[in-house]
Amino acid sequence: MTDDEITEEHIALMKDVLIQHVPHARALGMNVVNAKRSEAWLSVPYDEKLVGNPETGVIHGGVITSLLDNACGIAVQLALPARMSIATLDLRLDYMKPATPKLDLTAHTHCYKVTTNIAFVRGTAYHTDEDDPIATCVGTFMLAANRAVPMPISPEAAAEAMKFLEKNKGDKA
Amino acid sequence: MSEKKTPPDINALMQAIPYARFLGITVDQRGNEITTVMHFKEELIGNPVLPALHGGTIGAFLETTAIAQLAFEFSEGDAAGSALPKPIGLTIDYLRSGKPVDTYGRAEITKQGRRVATVRAEAWQDDRSRPIAAAHGHFLLKPADDPAGS
Repeated sequence: MTDDEITEEHIALMKDVLIQHVPHARALGMNVVNAKRSEAWLSVPYDEKLVGNPETGVIHGGVITSLLDNACGIAVQLALPARMSIATLDLRLDYMKPATPKLDLTAHTHCYKVTTNIAFVRGTAYHTDEDDPIATCVGTFMLAANRAVPMPISPEAAAEAMKFLEKNKGDKA
Repeated sequence: MSEKKTPPDINALMQAIPYARFLGITVDQRGNEITTVMHFKEELIGNPVLPALHGGTIGAFLETTAIAQLAFEFSEGDAAGSALPKPIGLTIDYLRSGKPVDTYGRAEITKQGRRVATVRAEAWQDDRSRPIAAAHGHFLLKPADDPAGS
């Protein structure tokens, strides 16, 4: 996979497979904003139901945890040569400042190393400026974590993904 | 932690937090102990094939468990949002995949400083000796009478 192979179509497919078929991602209103090899940008729109402090309206840290965890997982998938099941081994979060009420959250994650068993990722959550982070994280993921179907997808989405991949293979040959 | 203090109603405090309600977290308060419960619902799923809970929900649950424990031990009577401790850093170890059932959590304050508290939290499902995740974190304590606390 090279950078230019990740097209709008790929991103649309990821939204379907990685967001629409993951109930918690859907519940948070998560969205894949952009992607390239080993890197992902995801967002979560501000919502009253995600507030952690009712007095200030600041989003709960757990939302940032979910967003970064999900975005890290996608960055790992984008770094792997083939799709496989992955599981979060550990995730360390540092909170730099509270999120500003009413503003959407964005996470940018980068999977910077993949070994036989483990993938290493780091990420940042912010509003608009990545250099002014709300939180940063580092995480490790176990590769081929279980014997289940690699991706949480419906049969329809799987068929669609296969068709898309086959078509792409044809284009390259 | 003094004997005479009336324990605050931590479940009421949690129900006032929209995100804790969204995750379906309640607090079971017995004497001087609390156990948090994250009631299973479909929105908590991260992998529908296994199925397994989303790692983020487990992390959020552990963070909430730690905050609940801090509020339980440090708040006086009616704990308000302003008294909620703020997370500084949190490390989560994912030990087993979270099954689509209720999850329980307990936290322990390892060290309480003047400004920062260190907390360990654990989450389990059917068997407490087989935790699905553990976390340790640092939280900034903000006394309710500190208007500048931020």
